[in-house]
Amino acid sequence: MNALERTLINGLQGGFPICERPYLAVAERLGLTEEAVIEGLRGLLDQGILSRFGPLYHAERMGGALSLAALAVPEADFERVVAEVNAFPEVAHNYARDHALNMWFVLATEKPERKAEVIAGIEAATGLKVHDMPKLAEYYVGLRLEV
Amino acid sequence: MSGMPLRAVDFPAVFPGPAPVHCGTHPDAASDLRLLAAVQHGLPLVPRPYAELGRQVGLSEAEVIERLERWLATGIVKRLGVVVRHRKLGYRANAMVVFDVPDALVGAVGARLAAFACVTLCYRRPRRGEAWPYNLFCMIHGRDRATVEAQVEALTLACGLEAMPRAVLFSRRCFKQRGAVYR
Repeated sequence: MNALERTLINGLQGGFPICERPYLAVAERLGLTEEAVIEGLRGLLDQGILSRFGPLYHAERMGGALSLAALAVPEADFERVVAEVNAFPEVAHNYARDHALNMWFVLATEKPERKAEVIAGIEAATGLKVHDMPKLAEYYVGLRLEV
Repeated sequence: MSGMPLRAVDFPAVFPGPAPVHCGTHPDAASDLRLLAAVQHGLPLVPRPYAELGRQVGLSEAEVIERLERWLATGIVKRLGVVVRHRKLGYRANAMVVFDVPDALVGAVGARLAAFACVTLCYRRPRRGEAWPYNLFCMIHGRDRATVEAQVEALTLACGLEAMPRAVLFSRRCFKQRGAVYR
């Protein structure tokens, strides 16, 4: 990663302006040119360092549901269960973790009632119990990674 | 939930309780949904991205700006900006650190944990019986496991959590990482 890319990542984690020439506004703040900001972001996206450049939605406020769920998957069945779980478009992130509950994924649905349907579907597909752990309170959300 | 009844005072949360703001509650719902669909995969990389979005969905640049500002103000959109892949940045160790904190203390402890720079997310979630006795969840990203383990020790000591049950769940693999999709 070059100096421009580091500057962009550190400078844009807090947000992006909403105005007619937002890249120009960022460029002026960071001491760059508008073109350098646009091309730098394109490079970061092309390399996969950024998964997205755009809005971060608040699923519950959009009327949907967002939850963290976990499964205890027998090691021998892991690959099969990964495929079954990831087949649901409502599964947004899926990680293997070191614990008896060894598969953790985020569920995001557009309508709250859809969450129960997806959980039932995952249980039917995998034969495993889904432990659903929705957020009760949030103490911090942000990114403070310096690169 | 086991333990004490939940009281509002236990939740010094960033967001007030769930107050869904449906996109469909005002007259421009159809164009709102078109804009949501157009912008969700990213902002156009052109000098006037909001004009370009407007062109795609049949709104003026001013209308797109007004709606995005409203979505930010109402919290439908948390922020606009970069979504980084930690692993690509060299943050290869990712741990979910969980504690079992008495319900009466969880709000105060959560707020303290969230003040640490290495903590990128901090939530209260329900316990799930024998299978899962923990109610406070943090995410810590670090360059390597040893760094994250040292940070967990420091957090635990600083917040007086030594006596409380805890677990550190390092991620082994990431199978799917993308934002939620709205159609």
